Amino acid sequence: MSVQTEGTDTAGEPAVRKARIPGPPRGADRDSGSPSRRGVAAPYLLLLPALLATVVLLGWPLVKNGMLSFQNLNPRQLIQHLTEWNGVDNYKEVLTGPDFWKVVERSVFFTAVNVVLIMAFGTLIGLLLARLGKKMRLTLLVGLVLAWAMPYIAATTVYQWLFAQRFGVVNWVLDKLGWHSMADYNWLGSQFSTFSVIILLIVWQSVPFVAINLYAATTTIPRELYEAASLDGAGAWQSFTSVTLPFLRPFLYATTFLEVIWVFKAFPQVFAINEGGPDRLTETLPIYAYVEGVGNQHFGVGAAISFLTILALLIITSYYLRMVLKQEEDEL
Amino acid sequence: MKRSLFGRIWPNATAVILFVGFVFPVYWMFATAFKPTNDIISEDPVWFPTNLTLSHFQKAIHADHFWTLVVNSVTVTVLSVVFSLVIALFAAFALARMRFRGRRGLIVTFMLAQMAPWEVMIIAIYMIVRDDDMLNSLVPLTVFYTMMVLPLTILTLRGYVAAVPKELEESAMVDGCTRMQAFRKVIFPLLAPGLMATSLFGFITAWNEFPLVLILNKDIEKQTLPLWLSQFQTAFGDDWGATMAASSLFALPILILFIFLQRKAVSGLTDGAVKG
Repeated sequence: MSVQTEGTDTAGEPAVRKARIPGPPRGADRDSGSPSRRGVAAPYLLLLPALLATVVLLGWPLVKNGMLSFQNLNPRQLIQHLTEWNGVDNYKEVLTGPDFWKVVERSVFFTAVNVVLIMAFGTLIGLLLARLGKKMRLTLLVGLVLAWAMPYIAATTVYQWLFAQRFGVVNWVLDKLGWHSMADYNWLGSQFSTFSVIILLIVWQSVPFVAINLYAATTTIPRELYEAASLDGAGAWQSFTSVTLPFLRPFLYATTFLEVIWVFKAFPQVFAINEGGPDRLTETLPIYAYVEGVGNQHFGVGAAISFLTILALLIITSYYLRMVLKQEEDEL
Repeated sequence: MKRSLFGRIWPNATAVILFVGFVFPVYWMFATAFKPTNDIISEDPVWFPTNLTLSHFQKAIHADHFWTLVVNSVTVTVLSVVFSLVIALFAAFALARMRFRGRRGLIVTFMLAQMAPWEVMIIAIYMIVRDDDMLNSLVPLTVFYTMMVLPLTILTLRGYVAAVPKELEESAMVDGCTRMQAFRKVIFPLLAPGLMATSLFGFITAWNEFPLVLILNKDIEKQTLPLWLSQFQTAFGDDWGATMAASSLFALPILILFIFLQRKAVSGLTDGAVKG
């Protein structure tokens, strides 16, 4: 069953900015059993550098984050290197304050809109790719890969330019289409319009991943299944719902989870486009933690917000991993 | 299967529209970068620039600190990719070729580590780095970027190692190689395409990284290109030509690498040697 989620090879693995669990061929490791009698310690020695790095560079910051969230850490304590524990005060402040829950609600909504759009368009474009002729498919693939490969910050500046108030192409087009009030529209002036730009940017960058991998997955569906379906008298729609969809389901689940995680913690695009503005109205949780913690120098409070965000992400991630591991039981 | 004229046309028409939609921002970046300023600030957009200029690029590369930042970005990216490849190679070999207690748990750990929310851990990392007096230095950036790309590098390489037939290694050992020699002379050369594909992931992650350098290095001399680019437009006061030239310069290595390495990685894998 692993093919569906692993079927990224055909795209040559261009994944990266959001690359996922490995795509390259497997298989040989299932029967690579003979335990080396000489060196029981050998595998552990080989793994030592990687483990050490993980514990020190990933584990310690996580622990540190937890510790900081129980400290009163403002500019004074920071400069004088004071450690003042203040129990759960930071959490009390965060959880009872008016801002946090607003930001949570906003982040959830933001993530939901993005993921729904990404999955819908990604799936449709992936299915379209499977239907196209060879030349047309290659053309569209090139377009998708270009959008995919664009570095976040480069893409963000390009979108700022596309949506610029003066001389921006988008405003010009809207004006020509008859929406004259948009001629000099300031896209970064309101919460809704800023989010629209960010969402368009993220969807544009994320759809190629879903579309290309979904297309790759459809190529692994055995032809016989369709033949059998049409022998049974299934029409196009029926063979889609009875063959294509069930086959792609695990892939779709896994990808949806991945997108939820990626969008929820998206930082560069959301921050770089308008630094969370106007009036801090486009701050999602990661940006909020940064602005509170570093911008406003409430490091302890920022750490508490971070910690809560990490917890939320950890829960989603463990669901995702459980799902993937179930599908790939035999691969491990 | 016969399809109606409409049925044949609509997928292609949709594909063309989508192609334009996905490519346009990239095209517009390059087009703006090469356009004379008059064409950029014109009431009607110049869709296909005819007289091209390099003046925006000159402005971008002559911006203060540009070359320092290029050197910084390249240093940090290359070093972290190399470090993570070396560390990952050992780990991947163990995970793909050996059986031992805790193997499965370790794989799951690396999977989890790959999803680590670095964007939200920056405050803690800031405090750690500050307490070690390492703010405004390239060392912590290199070290943490190495860790950011390490899990995926391990997991990907593990797949590539596993794909090299065990028999090749065994026959080399029968011929008198030690396990180390067998690895160096037989497996390693076959891993080259895998190493390249894997390094592409790492390269892009490190080249793109933004939140950590934003919080750690306030000193412009120690920053990297993404941070510079994010502040470029403000610094140059809506000079879109120069901003797009800067974006193009920043994006170009990735776009090239993507096209180049992607093909290499795929062809390497399908070459004879790896077929079982």
